Amino acid sequence: MKSNRLGHWLAILIGTLYFVVPLAATFEFSLRKLRGIYSFEAYRVVLADPQFQSSFTFSVGLAVVTIVFGMAIIVPMAYFVELRLRKLRPLVEFVTLLPLVVPAIVIVFGYLRLYNSSSFLPLTNSTLSTNFLLTCGYVTLALPYMYRSVDTGLRAIDVRTLTEAAESLGASSATIIWRIILPNIRSAMLSGAFLTFAIVIGEFTFASLLNRPAFGPYLQLIGANRAYEPAALACMAFMITWACMGIIQVVSRNAVAARP
Amino acid sequence: MSFIEISHLKKSFGPNTVVHDFSLSIEKGEFVSFLGPSGCGKTTILRMIAGFENATSGSLHVGGVEMTNLPPAKRNVGMVFQAYALFPNLTVAGNIGFGLKIAGKERGEIDARVAEMLELIKLPDLGDRYPYQLSGGQQQRVALARALAIKPQVLLLDEPLSALDAKIRVSLREEIRSLQRELGITTVFVTHDQEEALSISDRIVVMNQGRADQIGTPSEIYNNPATRFVASFVGTLNLFEARVVDPATGRVSIDGQPVLTARDISTYGIADEATVALRPEALSLGGGDGDRNALTGTVEEVSFLGAVIRVRVRLREARVSLDIFNDPALDLPKIGKPATVSFKKDDLLIIDRH
Repeated sequence: MKSNRLGHWLAILIGTLYFVVPLAATFEFSLRKLRGIYSFEAYRVVLADPQFQSSFTFSVGLAVVTIVFGMAIIVPMAYFVELRLRKLRPLVEFVTLLPLVVPAIVIVFGYLRLYNSSSFLPLTNSTLSTNFLLTCGYVTLALPYMYRSVDTGLRAIDVRTLTEAAESLGASSATIIWRIILPNIRSAMLSGAFLTFAIVIGEFTFASLLNRPAFGPYLQLIGANRAYEPAALACMAFMITWACMGIIQVVSRNAVAARP
Repeated sequence: MSFIEISHLKKSFGPNTVVHDFSLSIEKGEFVSFLGPSGCGKTTILRMIAGFENATSGSLHVGGVEMTNLPPAKRNVGMVFQAYALFPNLTVAGNIGFGLKIAGKERGEIDARVAEMLELIKLPDLGDRYPYQLSGGQQQRVALARALAIKPQVLLLDEPLSALDAKIRVSLREEIRSLQRELGITTVFVTHDQEEALSISDRIVVMNQGRADQIGTPSEIYNNPATRFVASFVGTLNLFEARVVDPATGRVSIDGQPVLTARDISTYGIADEATVALRPEALSLGGGDGDRNALTGTVEEVSFLGAVIRVRVRLREARVSLDIFNDPALDLPKIGKPATVSFKKDDLLIIDRH
């Protein structure tokens, strides 16, 4: 019994070391920019870099648009699948999982072939349309996470009965989604949104091949040319991701606490 | 034409027909219950009235207007669900006022109507609560208020008491009935609980395998069941296979013992077989004198049920159960002792012929 418990603690210790040691080493290294002392100089340099600010702002903006655009597509789809097309659920789940199976580079090359400047829909001809194409790519990448979050939220409420109750009171489908369904899956949507945010902020392949000034390519550029700043950026990226995860936890806990 | 006119309604899901050629007329202000076991089609008919299911064939008129293919939002029908179906994100007042808000009513009008409804359901101070802060009974009253707030032409109740505990169920069903009488609203109530249906309905439709086996007042359904199914589903019943001895005098034989029935069996022939029934409360222990029928046997079981004591007596082959009121001074029958069971000839029901 005692050796069994020791084994559990050993497994936890090994796991923790596996994750924490590289992170701690990266953080420690990021503080060494000034010779002989620990400082946040690398962070100051990164934050003061206009390219950092512009690429980060660009990616944040793109993440927000991706979340709004993605949710606008996924929520009604998941709602109608849950309400009327339950038989199609396995097919929808398979399709939404495809972006995990098909590599991002394959998807972006597909986009470039389909939407290049000499195609029937030349989306890469202008900055705005390329940004739109990038957003579509990000929606595709985030599809597995967004769909699963929304679907989990929908399964937690009695969609069919709530819909019928609202219909009997005279509500249209759009009203039902806006006033009844969305408020009741808010925490699930927020989970999906923060996961999407974390994915979009660090994404490299799409942004690089579509030649957009996003945060992912900036991370790569800094990594190739500087020593301490990439470590600082890596720590910042981790913090952003953790912050997103933390917010998901808080939102989910609040949702559970609100409905005992 | 009646207020609700259902004509030859049929509903199939693929090859499976769940409602067969169903017709019913309901008068304005009437309280009609659909009673039957699970899967008998009662909820499907209710859902067709609400517009949640489309009829395969047949027609539905409410207030002289054809509604067969009208979407639910356009029917002005209030519905109360078994699972309450209150909107979790809205307060009690928000739930009750939801339909009025959708209808584009003024804020003042909505507030007044919500207050009126809260008074009606006797929860005037709970408007700011959320559904999860209410008990099951309170939630269902709010659901009722929400359905009534829009002043629907028909109120549909889909097993609204099933999820509640026994005491709340009884008090809420009385509240529903008194509200229905007060408002004079035409109501269709679906239940599988015969006591509920018998206690609050003007008429009952007993459903069996997608068809109405019998439509009648609670008294007609209970005292004169039209089919063996109705007889066995509504109330507790002793069923026997009897043999007709003399159709002219109403003499039949139950388990070899001759008894009389007041029902007309003149269309039967001598030695014909018929299913006959006796309610437990129509039977007494002992007796058999005067014009009372008597069956003799042996006491097989005595069950204490609180207000009544159920005694099971074995005849030769058949068994008969009877209820006697609980009385502390009563000498309970002893298991294994001989017993005589008596009943009036009016109480022997003829269910069907073989």
